[in-house]
Amino acid sequence: MIRFELDPLPRRRKRVGVYLGVLALAFTLAGALFAAYGVGPLEAYGTLLEGTLGDPQGLAEVLRRTIPLLLIGSGLTLAFRVSFFNIGAEGQLLLGAAAGAAVALFLPASAVSLPLMFLAGAAAGGLWTLPAAWLRARVDVNEILTTLMLNSVAGYLVLYLVSGPWRGEQVQGFTYTDEFPGAARLPLLGDTLVHWPTLVLGVVLAVALQVLLTRTSLGYELRVVGESPRAARYAGMPIPRVVLLTGLLSGGAAGLAGVGEVAGIHYRLLDPSQISLGYGFTAIIVAWLARGHPALVLLTAPLMGLILAGGDLLKISLNMPFRVIDVFSGLMLLCLIAGESLVRYRVRWAR
Amino acid sequence: MMEEFLQALTRALSFGTPLLLASLGALVNERAGVVNLGVEGMMAVGALAAFGVASETEAPGAAVCLAMAVGALAALLHGFVTLTLRANAYVSGLALAMLGLGVAGLLGKRYEGAILFEPAPELPFTVAAGALAVVLWGFLHATRPGLVLRSVGENPAAADVLGVNVMAVRYLAVAFGGALAGLAGAFLSLAYRPAWTDGMTAGLGWIAVALVIFVGWSPLRAVLGAVFFGLLYYLQFRLQDQSQVPTELFAAMPYLLVVVVLALAGLRRTQGSAPAALGRPYHRGER
Amino acid sequence: METSPPLLRLSNITRSFPGVLANDRVSVDFHAGEVHALLGENGAGKTTLMNILYGLHAPDSGELLFEGRPVRVGSPAQALRLGIALVPQHPLLVERHTVAENLALGLRDGLLLTRRRLLAKLRERLADHPLQVDLEARVESLSAGQKQRLEILRALLQGARVLILDEPTSVLTPQEVAPLFQQLAQLKAQGMAILFISHKLDEVLSHADRITVLRAGRKVGELSAREATHEQLVRLMLGREAVPRPRLAPAQPGVRLEVTNLEVRSDRGLPAVRGASFTLAPGEILGIAGVAGSGQGELVEALAGLRPFRGQARLEGEPLEGLSPAQLFARGVAHVPEERRAGTVPAMSVAENLALRTFRTALRRGPWLDRERMERQATELIQAYQIATPGPRAPLRLLSGGNIQRAVLARELAGAPRLLIAVHPTYGVDVGATEQVHRLLIQRAREGMSVLLVTEDLDELFALSHRVAALYQGALRGPWPAGEVDFERLGRMMTQAAEGAA
Repeated sequence: MIRFELDPLPRRRKRVGVYLGVLALAFTLAGALFAAYGVGPLEAYGTLLEGTLGDPQGLAEVLRRTIPLLLIGSGLTLAFRVSFFNIGAEGQLLLGAAAGAAVALFLPASAVSLPLMFLAGAAAGGLWTLPAAWLRARVDVNEILTTLMLNSVAGYLVLYLVSGPWRGEQVQGFTYTDEFPGAARLPLLGDTLVHWPTLVLGVVLAVALQVLLTRTSLGYELRVVGESPRAARYAGMPIPRVVLLTGLLSGGAAGLAGVGEVAGIHYRLLDPSQISLGYGFTAIIVAWLARGHPALVLLTAPLMGLILAGGDLLKISLNMPFRVIDVFSGLMLLCLIAGESLVRYRVRWAR
Repeated sequence: MMEEFLQALTRALSFGTPLLLASLGALVNERAGVVNLGVEGMMAVGALAAFGVASETEAPGAAVCLAMAVGALAALLHGFVTLTLRANAYVSGLALAMLGLGVAGLLGKRYEGAILFEPAPELPFTVAAGALAVVLWGFLHATRPGLVLRSVGENPAAADVLGVNVMAVRYLAVAFGGALAGLAGAFLSLAYRPAWTDGMTAGLGWIAVALVIFVGWSPLRAVLGAVFFGLLYYLQFRLQDQSQVPTELFAAMPYLLVVVVLALAGLRRTQGSAPAALGRPYHRGER
Repeated sequence: METSPPLLRLSNITRSFPGVLANDRVSVDFHAGEVHALLGENGAGKTTLMNILYGLHAPDSGELLFEGRPVRVGSPAQALRLGIALVPQHPLLVERHTVAENLALGLRDGLLLTRRRLLAKLRERLADHPLQVDLEARVESLSAGQKQRLEILRALLQGARVLILDEPTSVLTPQEVAPLFQQLAQLKAQGMAILFISHKLDEVLSHADRITVLRAGRKVGELSAREATHEQLVRLMLGREAVPRPRLAPAQPGVRLEVTNLEVRSDRGLPAVRGASFTLAPGEILGIAGVAGSGQGELVEALAGLRPFRGQARLEGEPLEGLSPAQLFARGVAHVPEERRAGTVPAMSVAENLALRTFRTALRRGPWLDRERMERQATELIQAYQIATPGPRAPLRLLSGGNIQRAVLARELAGAPRLLIAVHPTYGVDVGATEQVHRLLIQRAREGMSVLLVTEDLDELFALSHRVAALYQGALRGPWPAGEVDFERLGRMMTQAAEGAA
């Protein structure tokens, strides 16, 4: 029989050891699945590392994937700290992208185009969480299901826009909008696809949310609501308002990421599956790894960026389906939450 | 008119069958106090397993059995992480959904687009699902194991002191939930649409989870709920052919409906009939 | 009786938890046909010993002998098979199921269990039991005393020979206590070994045959109840003479709190407090008693700003209606909630917990939280209230119950409140903390603070209050000066519909 005893104060070394251990387990299990698919795990991981860390173009690809993860991940880290399990970042990103595209396409291009796009994107992404946040705050409906469902709805909404009313005039047969004017395009780093203003925005957001949580009285309120709703009620904190605010902030962050993708890479609104490679889901792992500290996203986002870029490589060079990413995500998430328990408890083999 | 009605009903029943199967499974594990959001993933691996066996061996019975076994196995993984390791059940279920979809997509690539030349009939599945709902109702309310299961979901500590092995009951219930999700998957890939395409579960697993809440954890009402959703699907297809409304709106409808259903359940407070210990890990001697 | 071999023997039981030695080489014998009381203050190790008997914890060393044979009790189910049953302080019943279903859960026979068959079977088996219960009632509709009877009945149906009762009178009204002990005497006569755990000297002295006293994890005495005296037990329990409480000072003239026709609804929307009216003077302690679910929770929540109400509540003339808990605290209303978990955040630091009332006011600089000041303030409170903690940054969950309660009181009293609403302020805390809480309440009242004290512990209620009142099904009876009513009468007020103003 396995017995578990609470470990009141786990040591840092144990913490780090367990997390490294479970990540290794996740990669091993994923490797076994690759073998079952017919690709040697060593070959797969070799391709993955060589093509990303091994060459400058690959590194740039990793960095490019890191940008949306940084933004969404820091928002989700905040949300998870408040115990608001926002699984809908994918849809919030798409809404942000759509709002940004609307500004780029339908407002006159000017020097304020880009800031306006980011503002509109953040607003749209934030508002898209409101139904779920409101239902959670007012009638206690589990937000995991509702935010997840709104992802699909957002996907179909964007699909409708690009194949219907917003469909470009110069595109024949394709489902996307016209290209954005120059003023609505983000500058890139050299000849890479790294749209650096969004990167800077992500770094600033991660740090800002960290400061918000730990240094301000609003952050204190957020932490109390997340840790103990009863204590929050006792102290007279407006719990529904805090939950709505959390939804707005995390959804807004995802919306910013959406604007970054369309204004930095595609220069148009297009099919949802091409705008996002599941950034909203991968960012859940980024946030879970960051353990409630938005600043730690600066480390965890690049890690998952590496995996996303690597998954792309596996697809191209080893002819594997894009679902590889889901395998990685699912395994890592399972192993991470299992690891969390292993940290919290001492495992004993009882006779 | 009559013909039209009959057609609507048959289509609704056939849409409703996988929903009913999966939500009866989820209902049982929730009555034992375990939340498993991973139905979509278990359904996907079940569908792939069934299709794989059926296309290699042409033995539909074996295909169904393997699908259920694979679903149960996937559920047991969730059980280990949440029951033994006591991790967050909601996140674990989400991870299981991702993993199941991922594994099915990865290992199913060799069958992508393949079709089954001898599809299984739909009717046996539908009849089985309906009968199961009645049997489960009887099981829960008129047998000792049913009482044990309900007690574990309401107050595991009370069951434990009377010698009920809470862990075992919960593991069994989770495995049952997985097996039924696998069966629902088998229905999809063997009978409903006898072919394999990645993502063929199309969100049905999520709807099944929401349905359990909507019907207030009652197996008999689950039948009505499944038929109701089945009718909506049917209407969606019918209207899609006739109207000017964009197809994307129809495609998004089931997902919107889940949100609406959850909102209604919340407003009507059927959540009050949730098993009292739902989603809470139990370990002896801890409060 | 002394010569017969014990039915159950604990021999040199030791059990430690991180940081505490809960049981230190404890040996006790339990005989059939005997009522044995385990006496000790909170934290003396009674609960651990009981949990070991019942298979919830394994001892680190030492052994259990049942009828002379060494046994290992690895789970409550094993204990039950041996014939050891526990009636816990808080009932372990499935609230939403019927009495019959709860009883059936323990019976091993029969696969098919329709309602009718179940009832027939139970009626047959219960025919010769004097305890009658309504088999078809839902457990959630039973009173605490009825639930306790149900637990005892279930233990008997399981064939228990050793019955352990954990603080059995803590949930009962004075009127329910006598029947309980009568029933236990009957079971004793039938040859059962009965063990009850208590910290109340009087009931131990009058109802037990033997008394074992625990202090700080050790057995410090075992005596026959006939020979034991009150003073002797106090000395054994505390290891010293009891510290006399400071005396209550008379209340001051004037009205601090005036409540008129207060109506409060429960979570289900049913009337929970019906037309309660009372006043509270500066420096006065008003004690309110009531069995669980009589509306005291709703009354407290209404006055603490956690629940809307109708009618009037005025603090020195100022209406309290519609004010949030934070606004109320700023006006001098402090609140020690019923459950410590409701007023604390275990995962956050001691300093952060002490800031729960002031993070938005005294500790705020613009949008920023003044962490330096927060920690300085915490250090001061930790010293002033003798909170034992590794430091202000330690997570609160590492502290003992008594120290968490000290922290809650420190935080609530820090703002020099005019009114303190305190619910069960000494529930589950050790002797030292209990004495400190009592001293603090009396001292602060002497300095002019008014206290609304809600507790089920009538000893505490009478010891601390100037006036007492009872809640019965949402109606307030009283208040009367504490000298004019006794235990019995207050007990009747808490439970009987007809009593009125008798």
